[in-house]
Amino acid sequence: MSAVDLTIPISEESIRSLRVGDTAHLSGVLVTGRDAAHKYMIETFIRSPVVPESERTVYEALKELLKESVIYHCGPVVRQDDDGKWEFVAAGPTTSIREEVYEPEVIEHFGLRGVVGKGGMGPNTLRACKEHGAVYFHAVGGAASLIAAAVKEVVAVYKKDAFGVPEAFWVIRVEGFPVVVTMDTHGRSIHDEVEETSKAALVRLIGS
Amino acid sequence: MDNLIEPFVELIRRAATDLPRDVELALGEARDREAPGSAAEGALDTVLENVSIARENSTPICQDTGVPIFAVRHPQGVSTRRLQEQIETAVAKATERAYLRPNAVDPVTGRNSGNNLGDAYPTFHFQEWGDDHIEVDLLLKGGGCENVGAQYKLPHAPLKAGRDLDGVRKVVLDAVYQAQGKGCAPAVLGIAIGGDRGSGYVLAKEQLFRPLEDVNPVPELAELEERLLRECNELGIGPMGFGGKTSVFGVKIGAYHRLPACYFVSIAYMCWACRRARMTIRGRHGHWGQEVSYQ
Repeated sequence: MSAVDLTIPISEESIRSLRVGDTAHLSGVLVTGRDAAHKYMIETFIRSPVVPESERTVYEALKELLKESVIYHCGPVVRQDDDGKWEFVAAGPTTSIREEVYEPEVIEHFGLRGVVGKGGMGPNTLRACKEHGAVYFHAVGGAASLIAAAVKEVVAVYKKDAFGVPEAFWVIRVEGFPVVVTMDTHGRSIHDEVEETSKAALVRLIGS
Repeated sequence: MDNLIEPFVELIRRAATDLPRDVELALGEARDREAPGSAAEGALDTVLENVSIARENSTPICQDTGVPIFAVRHPQGVSTRRLQEQIETAVAKATERAYLRPNAVDPVTGRNSGNNLGDAYPTFHFQEWGDDHIEVDLLLKGGGCENVGAQYKLPHAPLKAGRDLDGVRKVVLDAVYQAQGKGCAPAVLGIAIGGDRGSGYVLAKEQLFRPLEDVNPVPELAELEERLLRECNELGIGPMGFGGKTSVFGVKIGAYHRLPACYFVSIAYMCWACRRARMTIRGRHGHWGQEVSYQ
C-alpha cells in the first residue's frame, strides 16, 4: 500500500474513498488551531447569533481557508527573521481529544474535510466525519522537525497577539505532510479497534 | 570550579536534537518487524526520518522538550551548589537558542517563566561517588508521556494483582493498555517496585537512564523485564497506537525497600523519543572541565 497524495482543497469524494489505515501526504494550505482557537470559533462564530464587527475579518478569512481544508492541532515553535517573515522550527501534533467537545460543530460549520492531530478523537467527531465527509488524519507524535520541514511557507497568522504563538491560527502551506487515516467516513476508528483487541489480549495475559 | 556553562549547553543540545544510538537502533529494528506497507511501519519510518532531520539541522526532535532531569555523580569535595548554578545558566541559554521550548509554568499564576527555570525546575539528583570524575546524565521527558505514567498499590483487586512479582507484571500490563498510543508509543518503561509514593516515581525515572542492552543484576528482575517486554508487545497497540508489533522497546525495573504496609508499583512511561545524554568531566589539579566528553 502506497501513500495517497491529497491536495487541499480536498473533494468530498476523495475523502469518502479513504479507509482507516491509509497513509496520505497532504499538500496545500491548512490552518493550525488548538484549545484557545476551538473555544473561540465556537463562542465567537458558531454559537453566537452575530459575529462581532471586530472579529469579522478573521471570520471571513477562516471561512474561506477552512472550506474543504483541514485544521491541524499543533502549537508550533516558530522563528521570525529580520524582515518579519515567520518560519516553523518544530511543529508536531498535540493531543486532539481535548477538542472533542468542539470539533463536530467546527467540521460542520466550516466544511472541513479533515482534522490532523494525535491520539484520535471520540464518538461525536466520528459521527461528524461520517455525516459531513471528513476524516481524522493522525500525524506522528514527536516528529516535530520533519513536519516543520514539510511547512514550505507561513502564509498568515491570526489571533497571535490574543492567544500567543502556540495557540494562534497559523495559515501554512505544506508539501508532503505525512499522515495516517485513523478515523474514516465509514464509521471506523483504529483507536476504538486497537483498544478492543488490546483489551482482549490484556485479559488473556493477566487471566482475569 | 571552572566555567562549564557552554559544555552543559552542548549536553542539552545533544539531548534535545539527537537520540542515543541504542534507542535509534531499537527503533530501526522495530520498523523492520512491522508489516510492509502498514501504518505502524509508516509511523516508524517518519520517526527515523525525523531523527535524521533533527540531528542534521540541530533542531528539537520533538517540540515538547519536556522537563530536563539531571542526575549528577561527583567525587568528594565538588560543590554541587556551583554545579547546579552553572547547569541552570546553561538551561536558560539553551532555551534562548531554541534547543528547549520554554516549559516551566507557575501553577498558581499560570505564568510561563520563559527560560525553563522555576521552583524545582529543572530537576536535579546529586550523588557522591568513589570515582575521580564527574558524570552528568540528562533526560528530557515530554508531557504527553508523563501524563500516562501511573502508580499502583498492591494488592489491586480489579486486576487480581497480589503483592508479588506477578502482581507487578499485571499492573504494568494494565498501565500500557491504559496508555494505548497516547504517550507516543513505542515506549521505554521505567518501573520501580517498593519505596514510598515519592521515591518510587524517582526510581522509576532513574531506570530510564539505563542503556537498553543493560541486563538487570537481580535475576528475578532481569527475567521480569524480559517477560514484560514480550507481553507488552502482545497487546498489539503498536507505534502511535496504530496497531502493530512494537508497543514497548525497553523495560527497566528497579526496587527499593518498602514499608510492610505499602507495596507500590510506579511506572514512568517514556515516549519513543527517549532523549538521554551523558557527559563526563575530568579535572587536574583541582580544575574541572579540562577534559569533557559526551556519550
